[in-house]
Amino acid sequence: MESVFGLVGKDFAIVVADSSAVHSILLHKTNEDKIMLLDSHKLMGASGETGDRAQFTEYIQKNVALYQFRNGIPLTTAAAANFTRGELATALRKNPYMVNIILAGYDKETGPSLYFIDYIASLHKLDKAAFGYGSYFALSMMDRHYQRDMTVEEAVNLVDKVIMEIRSRLVVAPPNFVIKIVDKDGAREYAWRESIKDAPVIAS
Amino acid sequence: MSIFEYNGCALVAMVGKNCFAIASDRRLGVQLQTIATDFQKIYKIHEKLFIGLSGLATDAQTLYQRLVFRHKLYELREERDMKPETFASLVSALLYEKRELAKDFVVAGTASESLYGACESMFKPDMEPEELFETISQALLSSVDRDCLSGWGGHVYVVTPTEVTERILKGRMD
Repeated sequence: MESVFGLVGKDFAIVVADSSAVHSILLHKTNEDKIMLLDSHKLMGASGETGDRAQFTEYIQKNVALYQFRNGIPLTTAAAANFTRGELATALRKNPYMVNIILAGYDKETGPSLYFIDYIASLHKLDKAAFGYGSYFALSMMDRHYQRDMTVEEAVNLVDKVIMEIRSRLVVAPPNFVIKIVDKDGAREYAWRESIKDAPVIAS
Repeated sequence: MSIFEYNGCALVAMVGKNCFAIASDRRLGVQLQTIATDFQKIYKIHEKLFIGLSGLATDAQTLYQRLVFRHKLYELREERDMKPETFASLVSALLYEKRELAKDFVVAGTASESLYGACESMFKPDMEPEELFETISQALLSSVDRDCLSGWGGHVYVVTPTEVTERILKGRMD
């Protein structure tokens, strides 16, 4: 079961996700990117059914882009979060998306923010959030070590503590994680934490 | 798994002498796991109208958005706020339920059974705002302490003809 977690720091937000693509007992790949860049200053980490995850996050990303094209200005993080919740809520009683989302963004006026949106479209703004079996460890570690206004270094330290805890205590622990960060300079990949590397593909 | 017990909630409202109080717990959970301890369950429709929504959080959020939408349209057309009785009709129409107008207190949520008992024993008619606040707070805190799905503090609004006071209660944080 996929682990996604995130936290808000001094003027940035971090989202971390495992990067394994699993079908039943088989691990297809270990470098699957589950954190989508919604726009220049937004990250959407998603966990859940693979097809729904890929399709739904792409749908949100394209709609966020469409808003910007139509209106000339980007959506705020809160607006993007509420739009996402609306889409999940509309589909909920017809054909629900089985996707849990952690949406993080940086707005010039309000700074960094993080939104928890679960698959039944409950929305809440939080400083730290986590989904999946890893959440049992992530939330406890973050409750213990998280402080407001952490620096990037402190936050990544905490992220590493969480990853270590998941790796050592979860029976089907994912081997690799991707860390992405969003701050005033934009959303970008920060680092990978790999304990298994896929074999390189030899071009024929 | 019942959708009324998925997120967890405790809501209580009481009528006093020319005032009323409405209170809720602050927990947002996903079954056994606590996600947040500052989740809002009481929403303001206008200065003198509050609604507490218990049950599945996603539905409470959706219903609140729909109610606010309807009220804003009403405000634009009528150029005034909706009366509580009118709003209650709107809510009951949306929920397909016949509303009951209580003269003393109402309770809702996963802790409702405890709340009924606590309110029945602590409630007196015609309480002044300060006493009403104490009563509703004690009733809420003692009830949520017996319910694992609600708690993590309390949120109390006391509304009089002249002002609205909002207070956060610190209870057992478990």
